[in-house]
Amino acid sequence: MAEPSVPQSFAADGLLSRPIAWARTNLFKSPGNTVLTLVAAWVLWLLLPPLINWALVKATWVGDPAACRAAGGACWGLVTEKYRLILFGIYPYDEQWRPFSAVLLFIGMILMAANPRFWKPWLGAALTAGLVIVAVLMWGGVLGLPPVSDDRWGGLPLTLILSIAGIVLSFPLAVVLALGRRSQLPAVRAWCVVYIELWRGVPLISVLFMASIMFPLFMPEGVTIDKLLRAQLGIILFTAAYLAEIVRGGLQAISQGQYEAADSIGLTYWQKMRLVILPQALKVVIPPLVGQFITTFKDTSLVIIIGLYDLLSSTKVALSDPQWRAFYVEGFVVAALIYFVFSYVMSQYSQYLERRLSAGVRRQ
Amino acid sequence: MVEPVSSSVSSAEFHHWWNNERFRGVLYQLLLMAAVVAIGWFLVANTLTNLNARHIATGFGFLDREAGFGISEHLISYMPSDSYLRAFEAGLLNTLEISVLGIVLTTLLGVVMGVARLSTNWLVAKLASAYVEAMRNVPVLLLLLFCYSVITVSLPLSRNAFNLFDRVFLSNRGLRVPSLIWDENAVVVVTAFLVGLLISVGLAIWARRRQDRTGQEFPVVWGSLGLLFGLPVLAFLAMGASLSFDVPHLAGFNFAGGSTLSPEFAALLVGLVIYTGAFVAEIVRSGILAVSYGQTEAALALGLSRMQVLRLVILPQSLRVIIPPLTSQYLNLVKNSPLAVAIGFPDLVSVANTAINQTGQAVEGVTIIMGVYLAISLILSFVMNWYNKRVALRGGR
Repeated sequence: MAEPSVPQSFAADGLLSRPIAWARTNLFKSPGNTVLTLVAAWVLWLLLPPLINWALVKATWVGDPAACRAAGGACWGLVTEKYRLILFGIYPYDEQWRPFSAVLLFIGMILMAANPRFWKPWLGAALTAGLVIVAVLMWGGVLGLPPVSDDRWGGLPLTLILSIAGIVLSFPLAVVLALGRRSQLPAVRAWCVVYIELWRGVPLISVLFMASIMFPLFMPEGVTIDKLLRAQLGIILFTAAYLAEIVRGGLQAISQGQYEAADSIGLTYWQKMRLVILPQALKVVIPPLVGQFITTFKDTSLVIIIGLYDLLSSTKVALSDPQWRAFYVEGFVVAALIYFVFSYVMSQYSQYLERRLSAGVRRQ
Repeated sequence: MVEPVSSSVSSAEFHHWWNNERFRGVLYQLLLMAAVVAIGWFLVANTLTNLNARHIATGFGFLDREAGFGISEHLISYMPSDSYLRAFEAGLLNTLEISVLGIVLTTLLGVVMGVARLSTNWLVAKLASAYVEAMRNVPVLLLLLFCYSVITVSLPLSRNAFNLFDRVFLSNRGLRVPSLIWDENAVVVVTAFLVGLLISVGLAIWARRRQDRTGQEFPVVWGSLGLLFGLPVLAFLAMGASLSFDVPHLAGFNFAGGSTLSPEFAALLVGLVIYTGAFVAEIVRSGILAVSYGQTEAALALGLSRMQVLRLVILPQSLRVIIPPLTSQYLNLVKNSPLAVAIGFPDLVSVANTAINQTGQAVEGVTIIMGVYLAISLILSFVMNWYNKRVALRGGR
């Protein structure tokens, strides 16, 4: 945008000259623009003061619903009272340090996976190891940890388990599917296309229904797999189809010369993919992979429908307490903030990555 | 992709039959087919055994049986004594209703927000960014549950409903508005509107042809608006300025008469629209940014107004970038509509779920759901691809 031409009267060396010039270019450039500014300011005036009043000024920070009603503002006492239910669901109260450590471990895993210094072939193994440690922590039964059945898992750890295990474990399948879709063998290609399009064509919620209702029918008699694992399996198979399309995009972005060069030095198909193509292709698709991770992270909230207690469901449980029911806004705001912080940080990170990764290729 | 040319390697070990590339290709495919068939057989055999053990008959015969459950909202007449097929139809229509309305409203909201985010007005741009970031980073289900709670918990009871001129009532039972009674006058006015619509389309085509031929512009927008509103108003006056409405009134704990926007439908629609709208806004924004600024400058240099630049230069070019990702957002909206289950709106999935619980016909129920969504996806992609071809660069194909 061109440098604004500052009118003479404002160009004087006054303390206000710069803010006023700024306002003139950015807020009051033309009559239409001024009207827009006024309308936007009016909307803010209608929304913000009552909001601040509600959330901070008149809010009650501790105490019961009666105190809140008297004050007339937000009732953050809901959070101080119920935060363990919202965060950890109905996991046994005395053992809740375990899901808490699991959450810390997950955050550590995310930070590690986000740091380009750790983008080494062993990253996948390290993340899988992290998942195993989380599983041991959550299930217990070994190392002197009392066993906890997974129908008592809930809250933030469950959301993180479903989404992180969903991404990490679907990744190998996605790579195979993407390679298969670009294979020269017609039967391989056809099955991969069918798999990918079929899963992408149906809503996740019907996949979850299928996992909860139909999966038991698929298994031989006597074999039962509990609901959490079935949902997890559904999420993995579903996410793999989306990831496969992202990986395929990366494969297509690699120039033909790379394939030919790898062939000409006599690499086999798998050597070519492992050593030449995939390292480049996966690097290209890291930003959309992060995007898919955010989507999966948010979509795990759908497990509420088949009766698992993830972060959103446990919030709903906390709000089902009749005396707190009127304060649903506070509950949803807290859950939304947790989702928002995770997703927003990841999306900012993905934008940073995009800039960083394109630094070498960008023409300017 | 180029496969290694194994025949060019002369070493003896490469002449074994298992090193023949074509043979290995066939072998791999046979192995894959065998694996798929084995897994398929395993699943089908288990399912059949399990169904037998539970005495559930397979097949779609159950669709003729009496459903026996009520559906709170239906566009076609439906009663619990109707068949399952009828119930599925009612559910499907609800799904289509929410999808079509959702897509239209999402597009409007998304375009407004996307353009607002690029506004030179700082305040407007920041407000639009705040909306987009807030909506994109929370789960859509949370938005739905929140909207539903706002309506059912925070709106007043029917008795204390907000009311507008004693005609429109907003309460925790939804929004009640007067409905048109279909007498002669109403039919004439609606027909006048449809005629206006037809003439407007014709006018747009004629004006475009004339402009292509002579370069003269015709104010199509004002002309069409005049037709769309003028004709029905004329008809209304000609018929003696009387239309009869069924006005809602309080009867017991709820309203009677008029038509309703139920809390479930409203929450689902609002939730889906504000969520998907944020994604559409981002698509519109990146589409507009994809058109180089030189185009805008060139158009302004030609003396076009800001609106003309947007309409004649920027939008036609950015549509090419916008349409493909927009298609997948439309599909996302349709695929998110089954979240209706969470707030009790009877869409297809919710009806199918009830039917499955009652009959145990899980395989058939899920097949119907998947078939319907696949069909919707394919049709929507087809329509959008057709439109995409129309706006794509000509001659480049």
